[in-house]
Amino acid sequence: MINLLLLPILIPLVTAILLIFFKDRVVWQKALSLVAILFQLAASVLLVRRVYLEGIQTLNIGSWPAPFGITLVSDMLSALLVLTTSIVALACLIYSFYAIGKEREKFYYYSFFQFLLVGVNGAFTTGDIFNLFVFFEVMLMSSYVLLVLGGTKMQLRETIKYTLVNVISSALFVIAVGYLYAVTGTLNMAHLSIRIAELGQSSVLTIIAVLFLIVFGLKGAIFPLYFWLPGSYYAPPTPVLALFGGLLTKVGVYSILRTFTLLFYHDTSYTHALLGWLSMATIVVGVIGAIAYRNLRQIVIYNIIVAVGVITFGISLMSPESLEGSIFYLLQDMVMKSVLFLLVGIVVYVTGTNDLNKFSGLIQSYPLLGWLFFIVALSLAGVPPFSGFIGKLLIVKASLTEGLLFEAIIVLLSSLLVLYSVMKIFMNGFWGEKKGYEPKPIGALYVPVVFLILLSVLYGVGIEFIRPFIVEATSVLVDPMIYIQAVLKE
Amino acid sequence: MELVMIIVIGFLFAAATYLMLSKSLLRIIIGTGLLSHGAHLLLLTMGGLKEGAPPLLGEHAERYVDPLPQALILTAIVISFGVTAFFLVLAYRSYQELGTDNMEQMRGKEEDD
Repeated sequence: MINLLLLPILIPLVTAILLIFFKDRVVWQKALSLVAILFQLAASVLLVRRVYLEGIQTLNIGSWPAPFGITLVSDMLSALLVLTTSIVALACLIYSFYAIGKEREKFYYYSFFQFLLVGVNGAFTTGDIFNLFVFFEVMLMSSYVLLVLGGTKMQLRETIKYTLVNVISSALFVIAVGYLYAVTGTLNMAHLSIRIAELGQSSVLTIIAVLFLIVFGLKGAIFPLYFWLPGSYYAPPTPVLALFGGLLTKVGVYSILRTFTLLFYHDTSYTHALLGWLSMATIVVGVIGAIAYRNLRQIVIYNIIVAVGVITFGISLMSPESLEGSIFYLLQDMVMKSVLFLLVGIVVYVTGTNDLNKFSGLIQSYPLLGWLFFIVALSLAGVPPFSGFIGKLLIVKASLTEGLLFEAIIVLLSSLLVLYSVMKIFMNGFWGEKKGYEPKPIGALYVPVVFLILLSVLYGVGIEFIRPFIVEATSVLVDPMIYIQAVLKE
Repeated sequence: MELVMIIVIGFLFAAATYLMLSKSLLRIIIGTGLLSHGAHLLLLTMGGLKEGAPPLLGEHAERYVDPLPQALILTAIVISFGVTAFFLVLAYRSYQELGTDNMEQMRGKEEDD
């Protein structure tokens, strides 16, 4: 079964096509998409196991040998990301069943949901730079539609901005691919890596590296290219937002991670130092936003930006320890950001407002919700038994090993302020006297939230169990030859 | 030949940037059209503009032009068609709903609706 790594792309694709045929049968739509996600989850678990036992999996589409055809590559990092995507998608799908509403469901909501997963899984798995562009477009096109579906005024307005920014960044991506092709004459990432190593990263390649940083930075919202995110992520309904917050920016971060460890790793004093400074600025900007607002969604949105900054800072250090920390942090952050948006969605469902000044005392009617939120807040900040700890610990440790004391302090301070920003929600919203809401049942909405929180707590407690996988993922990033040999079979 | 193309593409990018910084939404969409034209021409130019037969084996030529950039451009063209069609309908819908195509007036939060 050499096609195993294709299944996480193929299953949602086939499902999305099937879902087009019976748009009015909402129950069937739900059933089919749930079954498909479960199959996808099973396939990605098998894939992680296969990569762990047998090493990097590659598949030459159409049996054309490696640099000439399109090659799909699943190393441990992309297998783990595909697995995390499936988990996040399962939770968001279950939440959608109860929250998205008939008028959206009847207009191909689940179809677009599956197409988004095709794009994300494809972007994580591909080994060809132009194919990466195509999967980016699949993902972005679905995200445009999911963002605007429903057609309220705010959605229309914000979709215009989001679409414009992404059209520009896609054009820049095409331009960057054109330049890279002119210099190297190939598009396969492993082959590109060899050619770039032969050229020894001349100055033109450094320019192309910075252009790729701009492109992926626009997708992944790093400073100063994050400006579109606060508005666009304010508009869509909760399950869509949880999906976006969990997956979309992380694809940009993954692309930075891949290109800066596989392709442009020769002149780190310029490109990686630049990435380091931009990451610092990203963290600072995110933290300022997170403590400035008293609006639930805005706080979480700026927390996304902080996390992106922390992960890219880990990438910029380029030591095995910091890369390991970045992967640890990336995986848990995908889960934590979606769960946070889902929790905020439940709070808004109960209170009918995003404004933190308008309600308080939720814990008197919803003790479970309150304590779940408390756990999430602690995990987000990186308090030891929970999931966000080990990633930040490794990044800070690597930063101190490199002698970057100032940067390490900023990362630690950002944890404190992130904790303050979510505790602000907890203390103002959940404590205090009861006002601003009427208790109503929220039964089934708990299911996906509890599922994700349980997983994240297990992730935090079971680090020793997960670590071998992360170490294997890091080894490929540290030594690109492993990746190249797996693809080109020299 | 490449030099001429590069200068022309540079003008396309300049015009696209200028249009995308304007207030009217339709001008912005025209700007994105010019931007994708520029990007596609750039792909073609960067692939090399040397003399050669069209990439058809029936031509029995000594040398052919590079077929890869043409395939890339074809892919990029249909993608940008799709996105532009969506963007135009989006602009039409928002003109109906919001009653303006001035980007300066498309501000604000949900409270303003």
